[in-house]
Amino acid sequence: MSETFSLALEFSRLRRTISISSAARRIAVVGPSGVGKTTVLRAVAGLASDGTGTIHVLGESWQDSATGHRVPAWLRGVGWVPQDARLFPHATVAENLRWSPRGTDGGADGGADRGAEVIEALELGGLLERMPKSLSGGERQRVALGRALLSSPRLLLLDEPFAALDAALHARVRSWLARRIAALRIPILLASHDPADIAALAEHVHPLE
Amino acid sequence: MPLSAQPPVDAGAAIGASLQVALLCTVFAAPLAIAGGWLLARRRFFGKALVSAALFAPMVLPPVVTGLLLLEVFGHDGPLGGALAMLGVSIPFTRAAAVIAALVVGMPLFVMAARAAFEGVDRSYDEVSATLGERPWRTFIRVTLPLAWPGLVAGAVLMFARSLGEFGATIVLAGNSGETRTIAIALYSLLDRPGDASETRILVGASLAISLATLVAYEWLNRRQRRRLELDE
Repeated sequence: MSETFSLALEFSRLRRTISISSAARRIAVVGPSGVGKTTVLRAVAGLASDGTGTIHVLGESWQDSATGHRVPAWLRGVGWVPQDARLFPHATVAENLRWSPRGTDGGADGGADRGAEVIEALELGGLLERMPKSLSGGERQRVALGRALLSSPRLLLLDEPFAALDAALHARVRSWLARRIAALRIPILLASHDPADIAALAEHVHPLE
Repeated sequence: MPLSAQPPVDAGAAIGASLQVALLCTVFAAPLAIAGGWLLARRRFFGKALVSAALFAPMVLPPVVTGLLLLEVFGHDGPLGGALAMLGVSIPFTRAAAVIAALVVGMPLFVMAARAAFEGVDRSYDEVSATLGERPWRTFIRVTLPLAWPGLVAGAVLMFARSLGEFGATIVLAGNSGETRTIAIALYSLLDRPGDASETRILVGASLAISLATLVAYEWLNRRQRRRLELDE
């Protein structure tokens, strides 16, 4: 199958059908608020959703409602960055970053270095022992991005990932992420309003209306 | 059994019995209450309303009725009592009966608190943990349980406080012997013996002190739970 990504889902709650099919590896779903961008990302992540239909990613079937097939979220290997960060409130920043058992610490593949690189690029070095409560919105969003990146994702799901960042940091983090995604060849599905984010990260734009 | 035939009331032994019964029934109830509260908060299943009604019934039933129903179940002709009798175990009128009576009457409070605690934990934390590759039981241990923890402990404290004073179901299932004489039952025995005023005062004082201390602990834990959930967002 040549498509990186193919999805055809009917959402009874939204009363609409969404189909996306693309051979591109970096896709942005765009459209006005409430059109279902977050819903699409959640369905791909394997989270509770009323979407019925099929999802194929990277040549694998993740959902086929006709046969009842559904790969559970914890086996999909996605890096989900929710819009509001959702850091584990009872864990420090460092513990949040290391949460995933797929994580990259201690492996023979230089995982510890990758962790250090992510922490440096996202400018999290000074925050590691802090609790999420004490972080600003932008700091939380960067930790959430780092947590997803350090889970060795096969696919990144980014839901307005830079919305809370100030302009200068936004530009720095975005260009680093674009380079990193290109270098590691991680496919992404981005939900965004920001034309500059879409231009920097996506090669295919899929409008939802 | 006529009251006059009973052994004299020993306030210290009664306080010890009450604390032991309340502690044991709360410990035994914990896994059931946590599982029940989680199911009611997080799962939809066939017969949920019925399960919920059965769990909460002892809270609204007169405790004496609960005691009589328990006697039906644990009596020698009852479904559980019969099976236990074959193993040579008899529950009614023992310390174990006092624990069972307090467990059944007190557990609804624990289940309700556990349900509220789990309902207060936003599911999106579980969802993030799942996408990071943690299986549901690992996510339960690492996310749901710690976030609900103060609420669960508050539920345990509330059940403990309720169990300390359990009377109606206890006197039916466990009776009034030295072995089963908790504070409430000892006080009941003393009603008929005006001579033991000092023992009565000790028991009333102990009852007040323990109950108020547990309720203060409950308030404190509840406030901690609220703060814990406000941490993010």
